[in-house]
Amino acid sequence: MVTETAQSKRPIRWHIAVFLAPAVLIYTAVMILPLFGTLQLSLYKTIDGVRQFVGLDNFRTLFGDPRWSASFWNALGNNLWFFVIHMLVQNPIGIALAAILSHPRLRFAAFYRTAIFVPTVLSFVVVGFIWKLILSPLWGVAPWMMGLVGLKSWFTPWLGKEEYALTALGLISVWQFVGIPMMLIYAALLSIPDEVIEAAEIDGITGASQFWKIKLPLILPSIGIISILTFVGNFNAFDLIYSAQGAMAGPNYSTDILGTFLYRTFFGFQLQLGDPNMGATIASMMFFIILAGVCVYLFAIQTRLRRYQF
Amino acid sequence: MSKATSSPVRSVAAHAVLITYTVIALFPVFLIVINSFKSRNSIFRSPLSLPGPETFDPIGYTTVLKQGDFFLYFQNSLIVTVVSLFLVLLFGAMAAFALSEYRFKGNTMMGLYLALGIMIPIRLGTVAILQLMVASGLVNTLTALILVYTAQGLPLAVFILAEFMKQVSDDLKNAGRIDGLSEYRIFFRLVLPLVRPAMATVAVFTMIPIWNDLWFPLILAPSEATKTVTLGAQIFIGQYVTNWNAVLAALSLAILPVLVLYVIFSRQLIRGITSGAVK
Repeated sequence: MVTETAQSKRPIRWHIAVFLAPAVLIYTAVMILPLFGTLQLSLYKTIDGVRQFVGLDNFRTLFGDPRWSASFWNALGNNLWFFVIHMLVQNPIGIALAAILSHPRLRFAAFYRTAIFVPTVLSFVVVGFIWKLILSPLWGVAPWMMGLVGLKSWFTPWLGKEEYALTALGLISVWQFVGIPMMLIYAALLSIPDEVIEAAEIDGITGASQFWKIKLPLILPSIGIISILTFVGNFNAFDLIYSAQGAMAGPNYSTDILGTFLYRTFFGFQLQLGDPNMGATIASMMFFIILAGVCVYLFAIQTRLRRYQF
Repeated sequence: MSKATSSPVRSVAAHAVLITYTVIALFPVFLIVINSFKSRNSIFRSPLSLPGPETFDPIGYTTVLKQGDFFLYFQNSLIVTVVSLFLVLLFGAMAAFALSEYRFKGNTMMGLYLALGIMIPIRLGTVAILQLMVASGLVNTLTALILVYTAQGLPLAVFILAEFMKQVSDDLKNAGRIDGLSEYRIFFRLVLPLVRPAMATVAVFTMIPIWNDLWFPLILAPSEATKTVTLGAQIFIGQYVTNWNAVLAALSLAILPVLVLYVIFSRQLIRGITSGAVK
């Protein structure tokens, strides 16, 4: 083989090491080692100021102690609902917008693209407070606007009601992040070669059926990537809930997701002291959940998606 | 060619959908910005009207500028974001080139190792990161944030850029080798310019979470001198919850610089996406 001769000429190809070294060093030191440090911390407990190895005791507490396990399952359930909202609302809207935008003769496409992506560049703090103000019954903007379409009686302070708060926050997050699936799908749609589209048009496949039969199968890998990015993003979410509802994830923990649960446990809240070891235990559980989701994607979904090379 | 896809009805419908969504996306931001210039009374009495001569009142802004050092916060955010972005793009592209160009022992393993970070949020390692920064004396420095954000951004950058670099023609690189270019020159002179569109995309997706992050500034660099805009706004708003003028002004001040940055970058992003697709 060619590499054989090349290797005998250059026994060590230093440039490979030079190219890899900076990225691998920073990544290992600041990300991988601390991550394992955290997994390790979950196996220890500080008793009377002495750190002791306790095996899986912390996990036993998390699942066995009714107080801990209730909070954990509540947070996990809320997190799942948060994810479902994104999959059902954010991604279909993103795909639909991208499909409309990618039309070759659409005017002002650049303007729409830029405008719809604006909320995505705002920080969680800004988004959380903007919607808190708008949905506030004190200001009255939301009820007034619903009055315009005759739905004023439907208004209720959503963020303050246990049964609606999580859904409201999910939709706020969708509002913020719809630009990401839109941009990724838009790029995927633009990369479909003209010949494929022309061939379809010659065969009389146009408009909506062209989208469903030709374009959608071609962008399925991008949709897969978006789904897994959404999954990881949602199970790691924290900032929006923290900005809008505070660390207590009110009302009555109805918006508590794994991120806020971890934060409260790790740093403590009100009278309870922070517990790094239990925090690390929750972080480890988040790690395993995310790992499981990613494995499902890699082995069950991605291998079945056909990739087309043009 | 069939012109069925450009019928006027379809085009009007497309514009109607897009305009509706644009309004949904922009209206809340617009509402906050116009009300930040109004007096307290008119914020509540007519939230939807533009600030007029009678209702104009910059009291919110004067309060914010008196209380918080937003210029410094902005400068901190800018330094952290730009330096991290530069490091992510440079180191990420270098690693992506090594992985996509050379066959060597452990190539696949290295790719998987670097890809791990796409799915594992760096936040889960916060406790140990804090210990590391305390040990190395980097707490309350921008360097700590830059290191964390570089590590956070690298995996996705390597992954995306490697995909793109696989598409760069081998003939071109081999021609360069025959002409006697070193591997470094091939990377910087031939490959980097060709993947610039992908770099723009990676840049935008890397920049947003860095600029918006609240978690790490809060934990690693909460001092007055190193506060970022996001953290500064969060703390300020928390203290002035009932002062609507100040809250609206602080929000607007946090929004406007980002919007300006975004408008500058979005040209590059859109050009990047489209030219990447058309090639």
